[in-house]
Amino acid sequence: MKITGAEIFIESLKKEGVRHIFGYPGGVVLNIFDHLYDEKDLRLILTRHEQGAVHAADGYARATGKTGVVLVTSGPGATNTVTGIATAYMDSIPLVVFTGQVPTMLIGNDAFQEADIVGITRPCTKYNFLVKDVNDLAYIIKEAFYIAATGRPGPVLIDIPKDVTTGKAEFVWPESIKIRSYNPTYEGNKYMITQAAHMIAKAKKPVIVAGGGVILSGASKELKELAEYTDVPVTMTLMGLGGFPGSHRLSLGMPGMHGTYYANKSIQESDLLVAIGMRFDDRVTGKISAFASNAKIVHIDIDPTSIRKNVRVDVPIVGDVKKVLTTLNKVLKEEVKETWHEIRKAWLKQIATWKAERPLTYDRDTDVIKPQYVIEKIYELTKGDAIITTEVGQNQMWASQFFKYDRPRTFLTSGGLGTMGYGFPAAIGVQLAFPNKLVIDIAGDGSIQMNIQELATAVINKLPVKVAILNNGFLGMVRQWQELFFQERYSHTRLDASVDFVKIAEAYNAVGLRATKRSEVEPVLKEAFSIKRPVFMDFAIDWQEKVYPMVPAGAAIDEMLFLEENKKTEKKLKAVK
Amino acid sequence: MRHTISVLVENKFGVLSRISGLFSGRGYNIESLSVGETTDPNVSIMTIVTSGDDWIIEQINKQLNKLLDVIKVVDMSELDHVEREMVLIKVAPRTEDKAEVLRLTEIFRGRVVDSSPKTYTIEITGDEKKIAAIVELLRPMGLKEFVRSGKIAIAREAARKQP
Repeated sequence: MKITGAEIFIESLKKEGVRHIFGYPGGVVLNIFDHLYDEKDLRLILTRHEQGAVHAADGYARATGKTGVVLVTSGPGATNTVTGIATAYMDSIPLVVFTGQVPTMLIGNDAFQEADIVGITRPCTKYNFLVKDVNDLAYIIKEAFYIAATGRPGPVLIDIPKDVTTGKAEFVWPESIKIRSYNPTYEGNKYMITQAAHMIAKAKKPVIVAGGGVILSGASKELKELAEYTDVPVTMTLMGLGGFPGSHRLSLGMPGMHGTYYANKSIQESDLLVAIGMRFDDRVTGKISAFASNAKIVHIDIDPTSIRKNVRVDVPIVGDVKKVLTTLNKVLKEEVKETWHEIRKAWLKQIATWKAERPLTYDRDTDVIKPQYVIEKIYELTKGDAIITTEVGQNQMWASQFFKYDRPRTFLTSGGLGTMGYGFPAAIGVQLAFPNKLVIDIAGDGSIQMNIQELATAVINKLPVKVAILNNGFLGMVRQWQELFFQERYSHTRLDASVDFVKIAEAYNAVGLRATKRSEVEPVLKEAFSIKRPVFMDFAIDWQEKVYPMVPAGAAIDEMLFLEENKKTEKKLKAVK
Repeated sequence: MRHTISVLVENKFGVLSRISGLFSGRGYNIESLSVGETTDPNVSIMTIVTSGDDWIIEQINKQLNKLLDVIKVVDMSELDHVEREMVLIKVAPRTEDKAEVLRLTEIFRGRVVDSSPKTYTIEITGDEKKIAAIVELLRPMGLKEFVRSGKIAIAREAARKQP
């Protein structure tokens, strides 16, 4: 029996096991929305902006490991998804985004609400499709889900013209997908893995740098086993936080521009870097030519293009992190006999000294609210049992420094693209997947206003997300750079504290709370966590607070600025500039 | 260094845009690009001439391989191969140069494919050096315009082993 394209769409999503779609209706997708009206097993969450829908699906995907699904209309509906898609693309998050398109006959005609979304998203999707024939629809949907979730994951877009949703075809669901030009390598080369094992055995000062690939491939257990068995300290990139327990004795915290002193020191002094599922982003490496100059580098990644893109690599291993680490651990245990603890002793002792010398810190003796204090309190009150999303900027860095993430998929942030406005809709997606979890978006007063309309989505869908707004009246990170490198000329970074976030929350029928001094922070947090509704917490923080340590752009990662020498170094730096 | 890369791709719409987008998006250089059919109607072959140091060429190879519609990438510069390019040249020689133009065409094993009272259109096939040479030789003889096809390349079969 032939059914319509709209029905094929619904049936295909069900076959894929999809339960939730994030979306926004419009003219050319009306037929699909009409079929969703009676649908019991497939729920569409109406956001208030298409960008919010994509971030929500992205948050849902990051927290669950499933592929996030989005459905929007053509033209502006489609173009509004671009930031969300690019965000997911940079961080390798599996999404399938469906956009409506004007009828096939009208494509290229500059029809009403027409946009060449396939052309627009070509550079920021893993792949994209324009469905020209309803007979291909089911196959393309299956193919899209397959591409999105396999290999290095990423977003896939399917553009469906209106006439394809009304056209009829037999529903044939393919058993499996085979694409001759797409064969990701999962198993690492055994010879290379053995090489890596021997290098780990011999290294006196090794460091593991774990990235988002550890989380994506579900390899936290294998990573922990490797680190513990060989006694190698682990630093987690922004995307890797939670991939290895932040509270573990071998954890060095985050490396890079706002990384810990001891992570950066360890990398710079190391004789072996084991890079796992990370891609040597410039925020991690700082000045490339001065990066880990004495270290041999083992690089494990599923994407061959990540290897030798930015840094030289001695042992490249292309493969799925989980599979490679499983083999590596096996080889280490069977073939390499070493007394790790003895040869690592001096190195771990050195690291302990660095840790003691310069821990992450801030001014604790003050009654003004320090943002780091808010994060620490959140960590303390939740005992780490929460899923944290962030916006982008200072809030993001403080959230990565002062909260210890012990489990994968509990820290969600836009790492690659750095998208302000990501955290709040992402938190909504997470809360939908985990209704009983405490989900907190750590935000700034700038970022939250980039997708604040999604508060309606949270309220109406009874998703009790908490938003901690670290309100400094500035676009804080940019202001920090202006203070340090542009002679305090705060060009267009002052937002003015004129927005009343408590009233905004109330206007949306959510709860708004405010803290203006340190002593009010804990009561506000406690109250917020006890309310089963969305809450905005407005923390009036010290506007001058900066993120430290900091590696100035273009400097080597051990050329860091610290809080203590704040003024002194800043002066020196200004002189240099 | 200059490299000639053969890329076997699915013959689908949008593929050329994916490839050219990769080059422009990542700031790689395309000196020439030609596309054509193969024995399999579902497959096209692109010949791309690009340049860069070893790091960049390695990335170009990997990035091309990563594209979903790319079936195979071969860096011809690493193999023994034959390269050809075609050029169509329009010249409007003075009467006294006409014989020389035709003689040069013959020397370069070209053909006159069109002629008008004032012009000849000449077709020449060869490698890059040969094309450059004929263009230079014809330049003083009323060269009006030329169109080059971009390079195509094919690997040489391994020589048969002597018994």
